[in-house]
Amino acid sequence: MVHWSAEEKQLIASVWSKVNVEECGAEALARLLIVYPWTQRFFASFGNLSSPTAILGNPMVRAHGRKVLTSFGEAVKNLDNIKATYSKLSELHCEKLHVDPENFRLLGDILIIVLASHFARDFTPACQFAWQKLVSVVAHALARKYH
Amino acid sequence: MLTAEDKKLILQVWEKIANQQDDCGREALERMFCVYPQTKTYFPHFDLNPGSDQVRSHGKKVVAALSNAVKNLDNLSQALSELSNLHAYNLRVDPLLSQCFQVVLAAHLGKDYTPEVHAAFDKFLSAVAAVLAEKYR
Repeated sequence: MVHWSAEEKQLIASVWSKVNVEECGAEALARLLIVYPWTQRFFASFGNLSSPTAILGNPMVRAHGRKVLTSFGEAVKNLDNIKATYSKLSELHCEKLHVDPENFRLLGDILIIVLASHFARDFTPACQFAWQKLVSVVAHALARKYH
Repeated sequence: MLTAEDKKLILQVWEKIANQQDDCGREALERMFCVYPQTKTYFPHFDLNPGSDQVRSHGKKVVAALSNAVKNLDNLSQALSELSNLHAYNLRVDPLLSQCFQVVLAAHLGKDYTPEVHAAFDKFLSAVAAVLAEKYR
């Protein structure tokens, strides 16, 4: 089980309380598709992904980004039980979606950059530490059921 | 690897932070040591406490090297070749410093760190890391 200090929990909760899940989720997913274009292969059914503008404006990308970050919120609510929280999603990403878990790590790093761009100075090194730990734990939990 | 558009965006961003470059270097290093404590093992000879002069000065050096890279986007290999020799052992700090540098840029530039700029800079820092690693083995 992952150990979270009181300070880490507080930093995570405090940042999360200010996050606009719909906006941040959409932005994080769009950036993933733009910065690491090979990830577009998982979203062939999403329509026009032909340019950064198209991706940013794509309603399916926005909706899915929101869904992904909403799910992330489950980790924030269940810091002491992230493994169980993502057990089914891990199986899904392996068996049905065939996503290389390396991409979870990439999305996590991108989410951090999105948070930094929104919160600027308030996204202190201590905040970044707690959040990099969180995205790493989530990525790990999502990869755990792979076979 | 870097398109003409990438290069344009990189130059623009570098210009935008012209007055804060040294600060960005220091901040990126401070974040790296805080967020990825394992990177401190490469600086046992440094005072790594907040406000350290050594970290500030090394941050300046890092940014100066990146500035040189930005001026020589068409020939990163040559521009960074001496640095590659300097980093004589297998450092895994490159992706970690890249992440921290991008966090600093995002924090300073906010909305101006657009997805397109983000993509261009990510490619640039990967290219820099690749050149530095050329001489590792």
